[in-house]
Amino acid sequence: MRASLLIAGLIAMLASAVWAEGQGGLGPVIPEATGKAHPEGNDYMRRWHMSMMRHDRDVTMYEGKRDQNASLGGCFECHAAKDETGTPVTYADARHFCRSCHDFVAVRVDCFDCHRSTPEGVEEPPAHAALGGVLSPSLGADVGALVAYLGAWEVGQ
Amino acid sequence: MSCGAKKDVSRRDFLRSGAALATMQLAPGVTLMAFGGSEAQAAADAGKRWGLLIDASKCAPDCNACITACQDENGWKGSGNAETDVQWIRKVTLKDKSSGRETSLPVMCQHCESPPCVDVCPTGASFKRKDGIVLVDKHICIGCRYCMMACPFKARSFVHEHVTNQKTHAPRGIGTVESCTLCVHRVDEGRIPACVEACEATGHGAMVFGDLLDPESEISRRLAEYPSVALRPDLDLNPGVRYREI
Ligand code: SF4
Ligand code: SF4
Repeated sequence: MRASLLIAGLIAMLASAVWAEGQGGLGPVIPEATGKAHPEGNDYMRRWHMSMMRHDRDVTMYEGKRDQNASLGGCFECHAAKDETGTPVTYADARHFCRSCHDFVAVRVDCFDCHRSTPEGVEEPPAHAALGGVLSPSLGADVGALVAYLGAWEVGQ
Repeated sequence: MSCGAKKDVSRRDFLRSGAALATMQLAPGVTLMAFGGSEAQAAADAGKRWGLLIDASKCAPDCNACITACQDENGWKGSGNAETDVQWIRKVTLKDKSSGRETSLPVMCQHCESPPCVDVCPTGASFKRKDGIVLVDKHICIGCRYCMMACPFKARSFVHEHVTNQKTHAPRGIGTVESCTLCVHRVDEGRIPACVEACEATGHGAMVFGDLLDPESEISRRLAEYPSVALRPDLDLNPGVRYREI
């Protein structure tokens, strides 16, 4: 009884804390945005941003309509989280806007293998590439290390 | 900026007219008719087929302006490893063995009407837009490189390295295949490809871009006027890129 009450209490606490103003508590710390708020509301954006981007990317790529609203470039017009010097951070930095939630829910998006993670004109330093994409970060694109790894794996089996 | 699912019509219209204006300012005194377009393109149009006409007799052997322009525009560059470096456009030198005469010409994706790269792609990532531009949907590409094997023109490259600082309009990354997009992001705004613009700026004027389906376009008029060839005409791919004087 006591345990179930405790769990219920914990769940209630989590539920209220996670998106309470989007800040602090047990939820992710979401960087402040500039610009006007989304008219659809933040809850809608949290639930649907990926579908909106997927829809608009297909319209852009296949139909060539380049005046779409939902685009990564568009996101960073308002959602470029900055470091202490005021420079927008790349996806390699845990403070990056996309990472603030995706890290919290343990989702690694691979958008930034191909798309830049900063507004155009804001340099992504080489450390950004070390993030790792197709290969694991520790192996990187080091073919020698990969061969050694695969060799060791074969022997181990 | 509003990122609504419901489209903000006034903003869209504003962008449209903005694009048209930019186009006109871009080429003062030169109407888009000169390049074969009739007006700023707001979308891929099935009534058009974009193509290039390259006059090898005007292409200077020591000139690389088209390649540099493509690199600047689309953000690809070599890392010094010729075996794995990407190459969207390359200069090729042809030599007539009997006379010794050399011809220099740029070769890029030929935007085939019947593209073998699309035929073989197991995922559907390689596709042809309705206006004839052949592209790779990198969201779908698994990097199998089958298309690279199938392309008779060696036009495609595999991205071996991690990429940073991509252009917003030209996303590209490790593990996917890429090739000339005919500067699709510019074409959609009614502009001409970066290579053509750069060639024009050098004064060589070896490249013409335009709509092959419009008989009044500069490219169609030139094609009607003098002989031109497709590379590997035996393959019957009807490429959108044509050559003269090779
Ligand atoms: S030139 Fe090669 S990559 Fe381009 S459309 Fe033809 S087969 Fe495909
Ligand atoms: S490398 Fe990508 S585009 Fe080329 S055939 Fe394979 S999946 Fe298709």
